[in-house]
Amino acid sequence: MTAQPDGDCRLSVRELRVHFPTADGVVKSVDGVSLDLRRGEIVGVVGESGSGKSVLAQSILGLHNGSRALLSGRIRLAGHELVGASERELAQLRGSAAAMIFQDSQSGLHPYHRIGDQVAEAYLAHHRVSRTAARRRAVEMLDRVGIPGPDKRYRDYPHQLSGGMRQRVMIAMALVCEPDVLIADEPTTALDVTVQAQILELIAGLRAEFGMAVLLITHDLGVVAQLCDRVIVMYAGQFVETATADELFYQPEMPYTWGLLNATPRPAGRPGADGPDGTRRLRPIEGQPPSLIRLPPGCAFEPRCGYRDLVAGQRCRTERPRLVPVVDDGSTGHEARCHIEPARRRRLWADTIQPAR
Amino acid sequence: MIRYLARRLAGGVVVLFASSIVTFLIFQVGPRAANVSPALYYVGKIPPSEAGLQAIDHRFGFDLPIWRQYLHWLGGILFGQTLDDGSGDVVHCSAPCLGYSFRQHLPVTRMIADALPIELSIAVGAAVLWLLVGVTVGSLAALTRGSIFDRAATATTLAALSLPIFVTGPVLLLVFKYKLGWLPNTDYAPLTSDPLQWFKSMVLAWIVLALLFAALYARLTRANLIETMSEDYIRTARAKGLSRRRVVLRHGLRAALTPIVTIFGLDVGQLIGSAVITETVFNLHGLGLMSIQAIQSRDLPVIMGVTIVATVVIVVANILVDVCYCFIDPRVSYR
Repeated sequence: MTAQPDGDCRLSVRELRVHFPTADGVVKSVDGVSLDLRRGEIVGVVGESGSGKSVLAQSILGLHNGSRALLSGRIRLAGHELVGASERELAQLRGSAAAMIFQDSQSGLHPYHRIGDQVAEAYLAHHRVSRTAARRRAVEMLDRVGIPGPDKRYRDYPHQLSGGMRQRVMIAMALVCEPDVLIADEPTTALDVTVQAQILELIAGLRAEFGMAVLLITHDLGVVAQLCDRVIVMYAGQFVETATADELFYQPEMPYTWGLLNATPRPAGRPGADGPDGTRRLRPIEGQPPSLIRLPPGCAFEPRCGYRDLVAGQRCRTERPRLVPVVDDGSTGHEARCHIEPARRRRLWADTIQPAR
Repeated sequence: MIRYLARRLAGGVVVLFASSIVTFLIFQVGPRAANVSPALYYVGKIPPSEAGLQAIDHRFGFDLPIWRQYLHWLGGILFGQTLDDGSGDVVHCSAPCLGYSFRQHLPVTRMIADALPIELSIAVGAAVLWLLVGVTVGSLAALTRGSIFDRAATATTLAALSLPIFVTGPVLLLVFKYKLGWLPNTDYAPLTSDPLQWFKSMVLAWIVLALLFAALYARLTRANLIETMSEDYIRTARAKGLSRRRVVLRHGLRAALTPIVTIFGLDVGQLIGSAVITETVFNLHGLGLMSIQAIQSRDLPVIMGVTIVATVVIVVANILVDVCYCFIDPRVSYR
């Protein structure tokens, strides 16, 4: 995950921390994360609500709430260092070098402006062209994201469109300047399942077409399985496991990831199903995520972890595990943050956890 | 759009009709319910004899059934009527005829026609001023939330809201007219004949009214803009790479000012006919002053006339606000 940046690296984040000072203490929403996003790849970030994944997504372009937030670390995008960059510099990169789409297209589009104008405005923000040219470009983009009759739809207001169509407008708006990086913050959460699939397909198709890198924030492992090349599991502001999508589903290493997988619906009737009719009960992860103000001194997941006794000397409670490659040479790019012996984790998964799923 | 407008206008006519009935009942039937003959309001301070009163009742038709009196009055407003001016002369009064003031010896319509330009000058001038100042101060305060400017603005608006016009008005007069001597002559002149003098006669009244309303609007704008700037679509606008200026003006204020349009229309409408204290302080003979004087001298036709005119203004302001809203908020349909 933290391989040396190469020519294809579109976005590089190092030891990023986003802390919000509050009356109760410092909320460590993002606490030292590093990632590289390469051309044409889709990286998923999964985690529960409050794990810091949305703050991570928004802080990359400086869009997080609260001007008092403390940012440290490094973010490289298109040859610029974004941590500590001026608002003006950030504004020039937003939309052109990296763009964002958000969860709720209902509240994310301006209710008083025509959708076409909102797309054209994004183009005009970075191109010195006439209004007519921007308008043509917007129509073209609306067409590209699959909005039927784009020149008529141009004049519509957001409330006249369905949720799926609005999300398409958001995507058109984000991609109108052909950014290298697209950050999608739960783009399909507010949509129903069939529309969700269409939107994901659209993102995957546009990724291939534009060759952009996508950072996809989601809490839906199904979305990850469908779309992502690599996955990052985030917990309490930290990355706890990163792997290729295949490895994460077939060889997960971290007890929290096991919990997430167990809490995901799967088709019924598989061997090992524990319901009388062959259905499998979803097993929620017990307990609550820790307070981001007072993190446990050891492993952040330790209070909820069912396997902490496997590590001698209460090490899980006293010493924070580091994010390390699961194989010694690091060749797989698979990393996990766990004190349990790697060999033992693999046995646990293969012998106990996977068969029970 | 035209159908929508027609429906709103029709609704307005119904409201006006209903309020004309209420006005008539209050001022013409009300006294009778208290066993006071309306004729008493049409004579001098010394009450005439019983027979005299009856003669007056008969002469002005107060002895007719109430519905006929109402139709006569309404007919005068709609189609005009011939008036008895009390001295035996018969005057024709064309529509809208609001009756005759025996105290002033003038047709009420002419009195209102003289006062209305003054009234509109006061209200419109003050409204433009308070809108500009209020929205500007409120926006700047919202955008620099927590700064010294914001705090100063909050404190100033609180002071401005708390100061009554009968304090600020005389203070302004004292300073600008009597101490500094910048406005030695504040007599009213119509805009059409002497714009400069018109301005001089109005400017202090505008400031006094605008001070009060600008404070209110600054607070409204500040609260609305702060709320709007935390909306998701503002984040979207920033994510597009728009300049802060454009985010604030085109996306923030556009949404934050929408509710203010409603309040603005109603405030201006309501101000017309009710700026009594301002008019008194600056000796501007607008509708407010006229109605107060009419009430003090129990000049019934004038009171009723001003009431009707004020109702018309408010109904029109409401319709204007609704029509504006159709253009401002595309989610409002013309149905």
